[in-house]
Amino acid sequence: MLTRREMLTATALCLALPAWAASGPSDWDAVLAKARGQTVYWHAWGGDPKINDFIAWVGQQAEARYGVRIEQVKLANTADAVARVLAEKQAGKTDGGAVDLIWINGENFAAMKAAGLLFGPFAESLPNWPLVDTVGKPATVMDFTEPTGGLESPWAMAQLVFEYDSARLPEPPASAAALLDWAKGNPGRLTYPQPPDYLGTTFLKQVLYGVTPDPTVLLKPVDAADYAAVTAPLWAWLDAITPSLWRQGKAYPANEPALGQLLADGEIDLSFAFNPGRASAAIAAGELQDTVRTMVWQGGTIGNASFVAIPFNAAHRAGAMVVANLLLDPEIQAQAQDPDVLGFQTVLSLDALSEADRARFDALKLGVATLPPLALGPVLLEPHASWMTRIAADWTKRYGVAP
Amino acid sequence: MAGPVIAGLAGNVLPLIGTDAIGRLLAWPGLGGAVRLSVVTGVVSTLCAVAISLAIVAALQGGRRFGLLMHALSPLLALPHAAAALGLAFLIAPSGWIVRLLSPWATGWATPPDLLILNDPGGIALTLGLVVKEVPFLLLMLLAALPQADATRRMMLTQSLGYGRVSGWLLAVLPAVWPQLRLPVYAVLGYAMTSVDMGVILGPSLPPPLSVQVAAWMMHPDLSWRGPAAAAALLQLGLVLVVLGIARLAERPLARVGRHWAESGLRRQGLDRIATPLATATALAVVVLVAGGMLGMVLWSVAGLWPFPDALPAPLTLATWTRAAPSLTATATATLAIAILSTGAALALCLGCLEAETRFGLAPGTAAMGLLYLPLIVPQTAFVPGLQVMVLAVGAADTVPAVAAAHLVFVLPYVFLSLAPPWRAWDRRIAVVAAALGASEARTFWHLRLPMLLRPVLTAAAVGMAVSVGQYLPTLLIGGGRITTLTSEAVALASGGNRRIIGAYAVLQMLLPAAGFLLALAVPTLAFRHRRGMRAA
Repeated sequence: MLTRREMLTATALCLALPAWAASGPSDWDAVLAKARGQTVYWHAWGGDPKINDFIAWVGQQAEARYGVRIEQVKLANTADAVARVLAEKQAGKTDGGAVDLIWINGENFAAMKAAGLLFGPFAESLPNWPLVDTVGKPATVMDFTEPTGGLESPWAMAQLVFEYDSARLPEPPASAAALLDWAKGNPGRLTYPQPPDYLGTTFLKQVLYGVTPDPTVLLKPVDAADYAAVTAPLWAWLDAITPSLWRQGKAYPANEPALGQLLADGEIDLSFAFNPGRASAAIAAGELQDTVRTMVWQGGTIGNASFVAIPFNAAHRAGAMVVANLLLDPEIQAQAQDPDVLGFQTVLSLDALSEADRARFDALKLGVATLPPLALGPVLLEPHASWMTRIAADWTKRYGVAP
Repeated sequence: MAGPVIAGLAGNVLPLIGTDAIGRLLAWPGLGGAVRLSVVTGVVSTLCAVAISLAIVAALQGGRRFGLLMHALSPLLALPHAAAALGLAFLIAPSGWIVRLLSPWATGWATPPDLLILNDPGGIALTLGLVVKEVPFLLLMLLAALPQADATRRMMLTQSLGYGRVSGWLLAVLPAVWPQLRLPVYAVLGYAMTSVDMGVILGPSLPPPLSVQVAAWMMHPDLSWRGPAAAAALLQLGLVLVVLGIARLAERPLARVGRHWAESGLRRQGLDRIATPLATATALAVVVLVAGGMLGMVLWSVAGLWPFPDALPAPLTLATWTRAAPSLTATATATLAIAILSTGAALALCLGCLEAETRFGLAPGTAAMGLLYLPLIVPQTAFVPGLQVMVLAVGAADTVPAVAAAHLVFVLPYVFLSLAPPWRAWDRRIAVVAAALGASEARTFWHLRLPMLLRPVLTAAAVGMAVSVGQYLPTLLIGGGRITTLTSEAVALASGGNRRIIGAYAVLQMLLPAAGFLLALAVPTLAFRHRRGMRAA
């Protein structure tokens, strides 16, 4: 094990280019020494007690292994942390910032990257980085087609899965066309979070993948494509389904938890989540009927990754890097994938793991509603972030302002 | 208190507003609907809340039922708005408690009906939520004002002249009470037009009320949306000011109607027969809706699986509570410390101001009063980030005193609001008598004014505590996540929409202020048990 660590460190050293200077993780022992005794303020969405418990557990591990304490700052919205860093920059506070680590992805990352609010690159020099499956899971280095450039380190994979109550809906529709037919025959039993909520917009993008003739244009910025022609089938599909939606499309749930609550309340028969293990974890926690199952569409569903990033002025940068690295540790990753804990899919390549570490993953129960990895089907890449913005804005124009 | 708001606005809003921001705001297709919603729900809910509160006091005050009602209502005051809204939503939703209690035996529904009750486009659910949440606040304000308006003797007089209870109250007591009630009503109006948390949960979303959209833009990952958000926040401020102006102007014609009635000599005793049962029924409805919602949330906090149409959760579990327990002591202590610091400072400032006003005959102008209430009507998201930059620049962020100072911005207006009218209405002839007997001004203050005004002072303190405990954005932004309070924790958890967690935290958030309100009711009763003239009702 020791030799493997050394080898990994050596690999990391090779990757660490001169641009690193003293602040980066190139000299990992120095980072560890500096991190000992630090308290890392990890700003993370706090809306799910299961995730909060997991972060607390990671904190215990970090303290035991490296003497680093983690204090989760529970956010209602990740943009609050972005705003805080921005305010510090405006106030000229270039070190000793309040935010050490942010759970981030997509638009928030793009915004912080563009505004120069991030420290790094650091991710690809972390000792555990070589374990990350950047080939099989390209979303670990491409955040909504935005190259991460080592400014954020992945810690969990997410993939869109549909959740349905098998007691009421034995054969769920498995494509955009089938979903439309089913909704017409069962009015009022389907809805989606109101865009620009990210899950609602993801649902629109998933439908777009299913109805547009050439989905490859979605990976380029929206300006590079014929937007009207590409999205016309999507609007036609939405026009057709809206009268059959829950509340005839006159109201929409606000976000993923609200959608999940509707499924639990029996208001809808079909829902979706960005976490293949959510349904199993909710069933285990007694929050969802045990008849709920998950499925994916033919042709695959959209997937992305969750990351951690370090602000440019973080007070405890060394500690934050130690935590980012710890999150890539096989033991931590296996814990996160345990359906009784989070059910988040790992970002690691199982082939790169040692025999003992691979066994941790093999030993995991799947959970009553979770699909085995092979049945999850192909992962569709997130379209370029500009599609999300444009589609959400157009959705608001068409459906978001009831007459 | 205008200083922080203006500084916050200047630091955050104004730089963002360019022609581009205004253009993007105007280009937003939901603007007209959002403005209409904010104004209509704000005005209608305030009118209803004022009418209900006046009717309750006019028809029921003095009776046994009134005392019971006040004891039932006062803890509800401490309920955070978001928790009250979620509780109400769970009551009235098609899959909610009321339908569950009736299903399937009465309704035949095995699955929830597809009815648009919550988030209706007209904002009826939102209006209902605002009304039931503001009635207890207005009642408490009324109750604090009544003794200074000499209500009891006025009522005796009108009744001896043969007026009915309600008509006598409206003609003789209301004109004396209204000047003290005006500012609380304005605060309610300002809140109703700018509230975010209630609008998100109960209001429509196609489009949402303007305040909800401002918050959404402020939190948009694309930072360029802060421009339109800032412009919309200013628009919102303008709307509130216009509506307040209209409310002020409407007083005169209304007073004229009242005078005509008084001069006509009509006794209108029949009014009592309608108003009394109506007031009792609405008061009961308010208690049932808020308390029922609260009870539902408490049940959720110990619920296992609770599917439709079960009326009660089958497996009960303490898992939610044991999960919340470890961090609780530290969080509750911080919350209490901040609340005591900010409320104490606010009380000292208000008492100082008011006493100086009495001694030196200084009367604050309308403009000064308007500035004091600025924090209540300017949306928090518009100026708190600017305030944060300011606090960061002086290097005071992330400490308990800094957070308490930020809370003071919001606590002070409410404390002043509840304290100033009864303070000013205190019969100054008592001070003249005291001076004639040789008492110094300080002695008059410590031995007469303050003890006689114990009830409003404690009420103001309880309101201040509740306001401080309820602050989210200032706690998060100024505290930088280093300072955790019950509310900052609760709002983060509530963003997950998990009713179990929300239920548990709603109870916790309520306990501290509820204790304050109970003290505010109990201590004067105890202190004045041998002072008949000092009893409230």
